Amino acid sequence: MSTHPRPINEALAILEAKKRFASPAQRLEHLRWMMRGRGLDDRLIALYRSSLVHGNVFTGHGQEALSAAIGMFLKRPITGTPGDVFAPLIRDTAGRLSFGESFEDSFRTYLGKRTGPMRGRDGNIHRGDPTRGQLPMISHLGAMVAAVCGTLLARRLRGEPKSARTVGVTCLGDGGMATGAAHEGINVMAVEKLPMVLVVANNQVSYSTFNDRSFACKDLVSRAEAYGMRGISIDGTDAEECLWAVGDAIARARNDEGPQMVVATLMRLQGHGTHDDASYVPADLRARFPDCLEVAPKKMITDGVIDQAGVDALWSAVKEEITQAYERIRNEPAPDPNDEDWTAWSSTDLTAFRSGSGNSGNSGNSGNSGATP
Amino acid sequence: MTTSYVEAIRRALGECLEQDPRVFIYGQDVAGQFGGAFKATKGLSERFPGRVLNAPISEDAIAGVAVGAAVDGMRPVIEYQFADFASIGFNQLVNHAATTFWRTGRSCPLVARLPVGGTRGSGPFHCQMPEAWISHHPGLIVVSPATVPDAYWMLKDAIACNDPVIFCEHKYLYSHLKETGDPAQAEHLPMGSAVVRRAGTDCTVISYSGMLHECLSAAGKLEQEHGVSVEVVDLRCLRPLDTATILESAAKTGRVVVATEAWPFGGIAAEVVSVISSEAFHLLDAPPRRICAQDTPIPVQPDLYAAHRPHADDVVAAVLDTVRY
Repeated sequence: MSTHPRPINEALAILEAKKRFASPAQRLEHLRWMMRGRGLDDRLIALYRSSLVHGNVFTGHGQEALSAAIGMFLKRPITGTPGDVFAPLIRDTAGRLSFGESFEDSFRTYLGKRTGPMRGRDGNIHRGDPTRGQLPMISHLGAMVAAVCGTLLARRLRGEPKSARTVGVTCLGDGGMATGAAHEGINVMAVEKLPMVLVVANNQVSYSTFNDRSFACKDLVSRAEAYGMRGISIDGTDAEECLWAVGDAIARARNDEGPQMVVATLMRLQGHGTHDDASYVPADLRARFPDCLEVAPKKMITDGVIDQAGVDALWSAVKEEITQAYERIRNEPAPDPNDEDWTAWSSTDLTAFRSGSGNSGNSGNSGNSGATP
Repeated sequence: MTTSYVEAIRRALGECLEQDPRVFIYGQDVAGQFGGAFKATKGLSERFPGRVLNAPISEDAIAGVAVGAAVDGMRPVIEYQFADFASIGFNQLVNHAATTFWRTGRSCPLVARLPVGGTRGSGPFHCQMPEAWISHHPGLIVVSPATVPDAYWMLKDAIACNDPVIFCEHKYLYSHLKETGDPAQAEHLPMGSAVVRRAGTDCTVISYSGMLHECLSAAGKLEQEHGVSVEVVDLRCLRPLDTATILESAAKTGRVVVATEAWPFGGIAAEVVSVISSEAFHLLDAPPRRICAQDTPIPVQPDLYAAHRPHADDVVAAVLDTVRY
């Protein structure tokens, strides 16, 4: 369902990208991350219906193929070595997991556990851990683009060698692409020629507003050229295409070929959140888009990558992983309001603070090296 | 040797760039021969190649870049050409920078330099005092130096601080305020402390930024012409407020006037009056008063502009009313 016919040199490049980024082993791993994303989202919905979740659940149904591919090609930081940076968006459950977020931390955040990375202070999709390269999104769409630019600029200023090049990825949707922050951030990404990938999921609907009221260009990828970056438009329901396109874009960024934009056309298969039944989505629009998690296993069976028994076994294993993770954290404590210091500053006493006196409240950040702040 | 307010800022920036490899400057027109709209960064890109970077006219992205760099271990200093345009970066400052430490435990040590305050003929969009709307959000530190040594030391403190600091520097003071002596040899007050600039016994006048100088002038007149002894407190740091120093002076004189160049509604002056009224009501001999700008956008025409902002004479009148209460 790609919207642009591809010339011969592009077709050859795609063949090469498929070999490098969509091998049978990579497709199997991809399917597993897609299933983990879907499985976690389904479990979170069940917890929401049991009134155990604080706030709403925002799921990635229909976006798993695109999102799961991202984390697979990013390098996770290990102690002492900076890794890549990923600022996921609302529907990136699968990508968060494939970049190293644990099921446990996802549950902890949704359930408001003190033990989670956000300690009950923030919830649902606003989770992350900067020390692990996971930048926690704020709700304001487009804001994370410039923040990822900033982390990459920081590494450039520190003299990061090309041999250890780290890459940044962030995601937006057809809705977020309409914000001023997105425009400013994408422009900086291009002006600075950063090793960065913007993954755009055009899921047809920004909350309840359809593409025709969000943008007037034929395909959002046309903006890539206007900004001065490489862009590719793909079918976001085709797992194999997502795999090679995202893998190729990240590899190009890592190879200093400049910023990249991947625009995937897909469909949001559920409401904006669990509170929304999406009854405003016309049936004929919905019918145009298959579920990537139905299509991918069938295609992989046809291609001889896996058989039905293998698919079933994968699903069982993923569901068991999720169940076990939930069981491990379900009785962990909630935060105690009496234990909170109720201050938003890291500095302790500014009436005693002078630069050079060593009294700065805490030791600050030493870079994305896995160090505890 | 004299040093102007803007020279003190430039010197502090240069020393921080020299001493700390994590520091870099990012903003509109800050690099190259131009060196910033008010020349605060003049010469720095030549001295520190690659570390003073021009940004597109993208106030949101400028702050967003600073957030990402700060979280990744750098000490970005961003310059907004005029504080008025920080409204475009408001979201990144108050929702991103301000919440990062509280949400994640990872501090966000950026400095946003905001040229604030009125200069004649500059009108509604180049004269604003943004400290009230920025201070409202927990997580940001907001400072507002009024003297040359404070411009120097407080900027160095802001860059060393692990929290995001909004550094409000007054445009009128840039070149009009010159002080003799080396600011680096002047007293280095703690960043978060208010200070008594002139001791007195009859009434306390609390102010900050450019308006401090109107208040000091008023205090001189009140002493000479009316025999009224005024204590002038310079807030210096607006968020958090040094309430101990405020209350100590209010307790000493029993009468308080708060003077600012900002709008009245929900402003820093209102906050100071609120602190005094609720914490020291029993120590007051007169109701605390505010002197603020007219509650309209800032006019261009010189006579209108002069009538819009408070002056020393307004402070004198308010103090006389207060001591005669």
